[in-house]
Amino acid sequence: MKQFLSFVRKELYHVFRDSKTLLMLFGLPIVLIVLFGFAVTNEIKNAKIIVCDYAKDPASQEIINKLTVNTTFNLEKTLLNHSQIEEAFKKEDIKLAIVFPANFNKDLLHLNKAQVQIIADASDPNTASTLTNYAMAVIMDYQMDLMQNSNLPYRITPEIRMLYNPELKGATNFVPGIMALVLLLVCVLMTAVSIVKEKEMGTMEILLVSPFNPLLVIISKALPFLLLSFVNLVVILTLSVTLLDMPINGSLLLLVAESTLLIICALSLGLLISNNTHSQQTAMLLAMMGMMLPTILFTGFMFPLENMPVALQILANIFPSKWYYIIVKSIMIKGLGFSAIWKETLILLGTTILLLVLSLKTFKKRLE
Amino acid sequence: MRTLKFLLQKEFKQIFRNKALLPMILVAPIMQLLIMPLAADYEVKNINISIVDHDHTTYSQQLISKITASGYFQLVDYGNSYQSAFNQIEKDKSDLILEIPQGFEKNLVRESNEKLFIAVNAINGVKAGLGGNYLSQIIASYNNDIRLKWVQPQKYNAVPTIEVTSSYWFNPFLNYRFFIVPGILVALVTMIGSYMCALNIVKEKEVGTIEQINVTPIKKYHFILGKLIPFWVIGMVMFSLGLLVVARLIYGIVPFGSLWVLYAFLGIFLIAILGLGLLISTFAETQQQAMSVAFFFIMIFMLMSGLFTSLDGMPKWAYIIAKCNPVTYFIEVVRMIILKGSGFADIKNHFLIMIGFAGLLNGLAIWNYKKTT
Repeated sequence: MKQFLSFVRKELYHVFRDSKTLLMLFGLPIVLIVLFGFAVTNEIKNAKIIVCDYAKDPASQEIINKLTVNTTFNLEKTLLNHSQIEEAFKKEDIKLAIVFPANFNKDLLHLNKAQVQIIADASDPNTASTLTNYAMAVIMDYQMDLMQNSNLPYRITPEIRMLYNPELKGATNFVPGIMALVLLLVCVLMTAVSIVKEKEMGTMEILLVSPFNPLLVIISKALPFLLLSFVNLVVILTLSVTLLDMPINGSLLLLVAESTLLIICALSLGLLISNNTHSQQTAMLLAMMGMMLPTILFTGFMFPLENMPVALQILANIFPSKWYYIIVKSIMIKGLGFSAIWKETLILLGTTILLLVLSLKTFKKRLE
Repeated sequence: MRTLKFLLQKEFKQIFRNKALLPMILVAPIMQLLIMPLAADYEVKNINISIVDHDHTTYSQQLISKITASGYFQLVDYGNSYQSAFNQIEKDKSDLILEIPQGFEKNLVRESNEKLFIAVNAINGVKAGLGGNYLSQIIASYNNDIRLKWVQPQKYNAVPTIEVTSSYWFNPFLNYRFFIVPGILVALVTMIGSYMCALNIVKEKEVGTIEQINVTPIKKYHFILGKLIPFWVIGMVMFSLGLLVVARLIYGIVPFGSLWVLYAFLGIFLIAILGLGLLISTFAETQQQAMSVAFFFIMIFMLMSGLFTSLDGMPKWAYIIAKCNPVTYFIEVVRMIILKGSGFADIKNHFLIMIGFAGLLNGLAIWNYKKTT
């Protein structure tokens, strides 16, 4: 036991002496929370638009005012000729052009019918369709103002309620994903690299011939990262509650327990990678390709899973991060108890045991 | 010149002999380019809807069939109780509940006014917003149908209507892949370029072979050029493979603009990003450090580059950071040239800024490199 503790101490020294690695271990979760919480949003604000107004009458002015009054649009300039539109799209980051034909107001008042053209830069298709929808809604709004006098019969009014996230914040979706990402990253990558490093430097040989049980060598390597992951977990939760006003609706204890399960799962995977590689570069690339990208792609926090081709949806099931993401969402945001997530927990547990057995099986006392 | 030739020979040999590294440099990016665009699809479709119908009349049935026929929604649950529909939401089986109140048809006809209740699972805000929007549009259109049935149509429009026509330029079918594939290509080049370059140099430090090079008559600029050129070539090859083979054959993306301008910009961008790798390597002592630091910055560069999300939505401080990020400019340029066909004159400023980045990053790296050895 004393031996074991001194080994753990050695590993902790290794970690804490290396300030640049610590930057990533503790800096990354903080930066991710801040960026995802404030900077990286799917919201569209201040989109630059141009207007080509041949009418220049009260109606077109009123619509332009309505468009620019909210934060979605930013009127960049008014063009004199619609042939300048293409040029503007190619040169600047203009997202939308709106063209009013001559006699807009006159047509509207006398014929009760007028036309507006919206041209969107669809090289970014999602922004283009969202902005077009916004602009249409604003114009429809103006139209409603016009016909306020004539009351419409047979009106259906939908009342929409947004559950769990009334302000439609992006953070609610991202925070559980960041938790999965950071925990996996720290555990898999760091464990794999720190073991392979000893192999590469030749110090592993010395550790293995010592009277100390080789399995304990490995466990003492993993333990500091287990501790660090807990610290990260606390940091992420604290930041998201204080900075991003995220709720923790369910049981905190359950959340921590499930996170521990994921951490152990990740540590076993790190061990498995380190057993099968001989250079740090390979271990890093394997951990990146095998862990990072699938976590970003297949947890559903960046891209909706249900949009993917069926083959990828099935593939997503083998990554533990997907299940962890569902669990965290259920506990933190929906406030559900264990009865709602026992299936996901069981899958996570099964994966952990499988990885643990595999990595212990492939662990070799001798180096070639 | 001869020294450089030998150094390059050494580097290429080292890269090609490493059986684990080479496939990862070449195969992994291609795989990602094949899988990522399939996965990275923001388009909202297949929204699962639960309908709670307290009315059970012709009108409520008509509304339901209109919703299911729209193609956006999939009816997963139809019942009488809001609670059981809410359970579906808790289990993630359904995204949206539409509750039709009792007396829907009666009230609509007699009182000319009726409400419908919609509850949306808003954990994913974007999806919730769009889903709610689609449903409101369908209800509005259903509302129009009803109105037409009861109100005699008039010869002229009774109320002023504005007809809005919209057109989507550069990508008329709103194909998301056209947008995301060039962006992912940039991300891959950035990652491979900076990581490989940083790790490669630090490895020499860690193993100790850099000492041997330092005591030979090899000049510093020889050494740095010897490290930069191989990865510059690899970056070029990878980008070409991605753009001219994968993007063209699989996604049907053919650049509208000039390939020369694109490659000229790529060349400068690679110098800048390799300079970043070099800079990181001068700071790091071990591969673990280099990897951590490189990962930290690349992650920020990727998230702040407008690869997935629009820059316009960012707050001011974040927008300024994004503008200090070389990846932002390359992603903009790639999309401008490939999709919009912008020419050299349109992206002159981008060129100047990128040359600035290349100079700055490499200058810092060389300056710092001198001090450490």
